[in-house]
Amino acid sequence: MKRKYLSTPYIIWVIGFTILPLVTIAASAFTDNDDAFTWGNILAILEPINRQALLFSLAIAFGCTLICILLAYPAALVLKSFRLKRKGFTIFLLVLPMWMNFILRILAWQMILSKNGILNFLLGKVGIAPLALSNTWIALMIGMVYDFLPYMILPIFNAISDIDEDLIEAARDLGADSGTVFRKVIFPLSMPGMLSGIVMVFVPAMTSFVIADILGGGKLQLIGNIIEQEFVKSMNWHLGAGLSISLMLLVIVGLAFTLRNDMEERGTTIW
Amino acid sequence: MGTNEKGRDILELKNISKSFDGKKVLDDLSLSIGRNEFITLLGPSGCGKSTTLRIIGGFVRPDNGSVFFEGQDITNLASEKRNVNTVFQKYSLFPHMNVEENIAFGLKLKKKSRAYIQDKIKYALKLVNLEGYEKRNTTALSGGQQQRIAIARAIVNEPELLLLDEPLGALDLKLRHDMQQELIRIKKEVGITFIYVTHDQEEALTMSDRIVVMNKGIIQQMGTSKSIYDEPQNAFVADFIGESNIIDGIMLQDKVVEIMGVKIPCVDEGFEARETVDVVIRPEDLEIREAENGFFSGKVTSVLFKGAYYEIKICARDYEWVSQSVNAPEVGAEVGLYVAPDNIQIMHKPQSEDAEIIKE
Ligand SMILES: Nc1ncnc2c1ncn2[C@@H]1O[C@H](COP(=O)(O)OP(=O)(O)O)[C@@H](O)[C@H]1O
Ligand SMILES: [Mg+2]
Repeated sequence: MKRKYLSTPYIIWVIGFTILPLVTIAASAFTDNDDAFTWGNILAILEPINRQALLFSLAIAFGCTLICILLAYPAALVLKSFRLKRKGFTIFLLVLPMWMNFILRILAWQMILSKNGILNFLLGKVGIAPLALSNTWIALMIGMVYDFLPYMILPIFNAISDIDEDLIEAARDLGADSGTVFRKVIFPLSMPGMLSGIVMVFVPAMTSFVIADILGGGKLQLIGNIIEQEFVKSMNWHLGAGLSISLMLLVIVGLAFTLRNDMEERGTTIW
Repeated sequence: MGTNEKGRDILELKNISKSFDGKKVLDDLSLSIGRNEFITLLGPSGCGKSTTLRIIGGFVRPDNGSVFFEGQDITNLASEKRNVNTVFQKYSLFPHMNVEENIAFGLKLKKKSRAYIQDKIKYALKLVNLEGYEKRNTTALSGGQQQRIAIARAIVNEPELLLLDEPLGALDLKLRHDMQQELIRIKKEVGITFIYVTHDQEEALTMSDRIVVMNKGIIQQMGTSKSIYDEPQNAFVADFIGESNIIDGIMLQDKVVEIMGVKIPCVDEGFEARETVDVVIRPEDLEIREAENGFFSGKVTSVLFKGAYYEIKICARDYEWVSQSVNAPEVGAEVGLYVAPDNIQIMHKPQSEDAEIIKE
């Protein structure tokens, strides 16, 4: 009985901040300006301009997730090799930027990458011609990877730390060199961590718009930017809601597909 | 120790020292292990047994000294390049692989053919009495089964030397006894050298051809089970190998020792006059007689039935003696304690603190 009382605040939270908004958005998505039922807003994702933005978002999110995985594994392995004290401090450094305002962090990158920015200044010092990174997808990618990387490193690091040292010794004992130990033991056993990292990086990368706004200078259209514009500029909430629902469904189906095999195999959830 | 002759040894540790965080864990340890021997490192927890094994397996580098395998110096050889396999205490099976994949791990790395690997898996599972378990999930197996798989996984690689670090430590008593017999059988069948680590003296005595008793990183004694049990070289070994009565004594002359003020005949010679010594009397050698017929008389304080015998505690001269007998006196009875001269073991006191005696 007591348990039920304790869960009340969460139930209220879920109703107030998850279910209610979803219902509102869905209601708005399936109606037009005259409050008549329509599939139009949902299907609008298929229109060329939206489809193009969606594909661009997919490509960016895939790329960002992949780069994060490639950077996170070496980082997590190095982190694991640190002694306890240094480990804690490094994790602190890793998390520290998250305490700074998100917009500020992105603005900082804008200044670093801009035509007369710090990067080109430093490149000039060593005699390399300035790079025109401002407002390109490369700038966008750098910003996203920078922003999301900790969310990939931490779960992978946790998963790797949970691997019993004896298993690694057992593999060596049976003749595995360092590379083989990684491929056959560390990598497969860190899968749950990598999958939660993928969720935490891919989903925000797929839906973000602020990074593209700032680092893309308004020239790069992610699906998130389109949705934002429908809400903020065009004031077409029905269309914005419809696109949001479509995006959400695509992400959910995609992730379910990616995660299903793993969940079945292990019988555990990834979080 | 006839196995120490040159040419027959498969492994030799020479003057190995190792410290962790400034604390000496192994101190100038030297040891030769003969081909096909079942040798056990025995000692209390923390005495450096696992470290010794890990140096042999290549997981720890010694600070000083060398490891020779078949005459070749392998001190700095990576563990994956050593023809040695280990069975770990916690089994350490790969949880993301089934039984078959675990056993095949080493063979696949050696690029053996599929048919060869299949044959080996079958043979190994038969050896450990788990035929038909190929596709089982390792995490669903019992502790005893997991340990069998761990043994199978090591043995298919045909190592010349198998290291076993308290492999039965996590199993319950009954299963442990069964597995001891299994291991002896497996050892006979595969005919390779076993280096076995345990802190359980009974296990060591049951299984080994030769026992190395260690304490605080120093070898206290090496020898067959019988020689270690019958002729412990110091009080530590005597105490560790079985519950013993260990008392201070003074050697009055050859073949006479004074214990608690009583002159008692023994068979030991060659001590200095009035040298203070450790006197060890095994419980089964301490005879209970009529009060007036013993060297000491005292009161029986407890009698415990141990299955095949009684364990009797007697308080005499402020010392609690322990004796084993098939007859049980009454608790509270006045009895005499006697020991035959050749059942008294006299030992020099250890000289350094390192070889400190553990007394109850
Ligand atoms: N990697 C290590 N780092 C620090 N201390 C260690 C390490 N390995 C072992 N020790 C210490 O060395 C001593 C001997 O350990 P070990 O060889 O495992 O003993 P045993 O196996 O006989 O119980 C212990 O005091 C242990 O704490
Ligand atoms: Mg140990």
